[in-house]
Amino acid sequence: MEPFRVHTGIVAPLDRANVDTDAIIPKQFLKSIKRSGFGPNLFDAWRYLDRGEPGQDNSKRPKNPDFVLNHPRYQGASILLARRNFGCGSSREHAPWALADDGFRALIAPSYADIFYNNCFKNGLLPIVLTESEVDRLFHAVKAFPGLRLTIDLEAQAVHTPDGQHAYRFDVDPFRKHCLLNGHDDIALTLAHADEIKAFETKRLGEQPWLA
Amino acid sequence: MVSRTLYDKVFDSHVVRQEADGTALLYIDRHLVHEVTSPQAFEGLRLAGRKPWRAQSIVATADHNTPTKDWALGIRDPVSRMQVETLDANIRAVGAKAYFPFLDRRQGIVHVIGPESGATLPGMTVVCGDSHTSTHGAFAALAFGIGTSEVEHVLATQCLLIKKAKSMLIRARGKLPPGVTAKDLILAIIGRIGTAGGTGYAIEFGGDTVRALSMEGRMTMCNMSIEAGARAGMIAVDERTLNYIRGRPLAPAGEMWDRAAAHWRTLVSDPDAKFDLTHTIDAATIQPQVTWGTSPEMVVSVEDRVPDPDRERDPSRRDGIERALDYMGLTPNTPITDISIDKVFIGSCTNSRIEDLRQAAAIIRGRHIADNIRLALVVPGSGPVKAQAESEGLDRVFRDAGFEWREPGCSMCLAMNDDRLEPGERCASTSNRNFEGRQGAGGRTHLVSPAMAAAAAVAGHFVDVRRLVSRA
Repeated sequence: MEPFRVHTGIVAPLDRANVDTDAIIPKQFLKSIKRSGFGPNLFDAWRYLDRGEPGQDNSKRPKNPDFVLNHPRYQGASILLARRNFGCGSSREHAPWALADDGFRALIAPSYADIFYNNCFKNGLLPIVLTESEVDRLFHAVKAFPGLRLTIDLEAQAVHTPDGQHAYRFDVDPFRKHCLLNGHDDIALTLAHADEIKAFETKRLGEQPWLA
Repeated sequence: MVSRTLYDKVFDSHVVRQEADGTALLYIDRHLVHEVTSPQAFEGLRLAGRKPWRAQSIVATADHNTPTKDWALGIRDPVSRMQVETLDANIRAVGAKAYFPFLDRRQGIVHVIGPESGATLPGMTVVCGDSHTSTHGAFAALAFGIGTSEVEHVLATQCLLIKKAKSMLIRARGKLPPGVTAKDLILAIIGRIGTAGGTGYAIEFGGDTVRALSMEGRMTMCNMSIEAGARAGMIAVDERTLNYIRGRPLAPAGEMWDRAAAHWRTLVSDPDAKFDLTHTIDAATIQPQVTWGTSPEMVVSVEDRVPDPDRERDPSRRDGIERALDYMGLTPNTPITDISIDKVFIGSCTNSRIEDLRQAAAIIRGRHIADNIRLALVVPGSGPVKAQAESEGLDRVFRDAGFEWREPGCSMCLAMNDDRLEPGERCASTSNRNFEGRQGAGGRTHLVSPAMAAAAAVAGHFVDVRRLVSRA
């Protein structure tokens, strides 16, 4: 996994609550057996005017000019600003894969659905939680200043505005932070405790043999 | 001894070790696997040169992509076929406790076949790359959905890194009125606490209303915990739980059963256990529910009207209502019973079990679907559910009424196969999500109980099923 330390990027605002993972990446793209290539189909039903199917040449499809990620000012955005309960619904990790594949490194919202939040950390994508009013302020700032860039410092747990005037502090679990800062492979970390797992398992299956 | 909740008991008994910040390494007993969220995990395992830790924990099936008719023709969509064949190959390579592949007579929706085969047992930790894994909590299992990276993590280590959730008790009291089901109860709960109401929590459903529910009804409740934002929903063990499990193919038998059952009976919250949050619901006041919008929390009773955004003061909520009404093609203040529908779907991991089909058939019997219904589908949750329904003659009841009787699978709940809504089509659906495009791009979903879906099929529009019950 790519480590996340400090990131500066353009912010794109997605001003609606309860954005679900079906909207982030529609079901027809879940038939892929790969982890990559989902970026062009991120928010497919909102992003294009036609009906998306796997295997299309997405560069030739008609784009919806009203959809915010298609606006010229947000091209190259790597930070998505969103509203409450972002990523609700299905557990599909294709949602963070699509966001990461489309160039996003971080999200800022007042809240996320649990499974989606968890999935982000597995893919080097940092989901930052700020308060409703802080998120509101950022929505105003993004609309007021074309090309607004923010700097996210994971070590310091802070989001900085370009003028250095404001810093928004955020919380993150120490263990998740540690893994993301170092780009750790969770599985390798867990397997370092293989003996403990084995001992636990032997005892458990011995006491409750119907679980074997 | 400190009083503990059911969630405390199951969680704590699976902790292998704990990090300083409370992150636990949690042992996983049962790993359910389906074709959509597993291929990248198996590939990751192979690329890293790792082997599954305990293949005997795996129970697998193909359900999301599989067609529900013309099985003799196989899977015609080559992309879907590739995904199902990849699962076949992966399970062949690593092994499993049980595998119910496409065309097997015990194949079905993963959350139906788990309990049905006895693969889901009380006190287990159960995971699957699918958010509706919460279903299995009806058996006092700690069951929750995970992403594909975590599927790989469980394959490789038999564990997950997870922090303990907060605990919520939803206590339902009183008797559900006739014609009102577990589906209406859970929809009403979601309407009250919202789709993020349970975020960060594991929910326990309790109270005399829940105790009186069948295991099918309890599964429907736990299934939709995730629609209330909670990864896990749980219900304590009682005799009904044990009666359901006894004799299932993968359940213990003989002396082993007695030992297991004695342990399982302890899987209840202690009387004075403390929950972080408690909600109390008066079940007797609940009416049949119908969703009108594009989130499961956008729900009203069948006697109500479509909401008016002008009455919502919160601008972000008003915006959400307006957007949903626009997508759904609905006018504010329209009576729910004036909404006519094009298609009916009875199925999904929420409502495709035998009791669901019986409830729908009881409404349909001797009646016919309305002329404006283009398609009415019944998709049983599994091969055994289908066989049971056929032995009771339910397939004839549905067919005679104009329904199509299909093969098992996820089908039009998420429309990964050919069963889907066309743009603008409106559906009465017993599934769990009414998101934009969920049942097909541009499709409009109204979530209801099986009985309400059946009643809507007969009337051609939503109708209070209690009127048909009293006439029946």
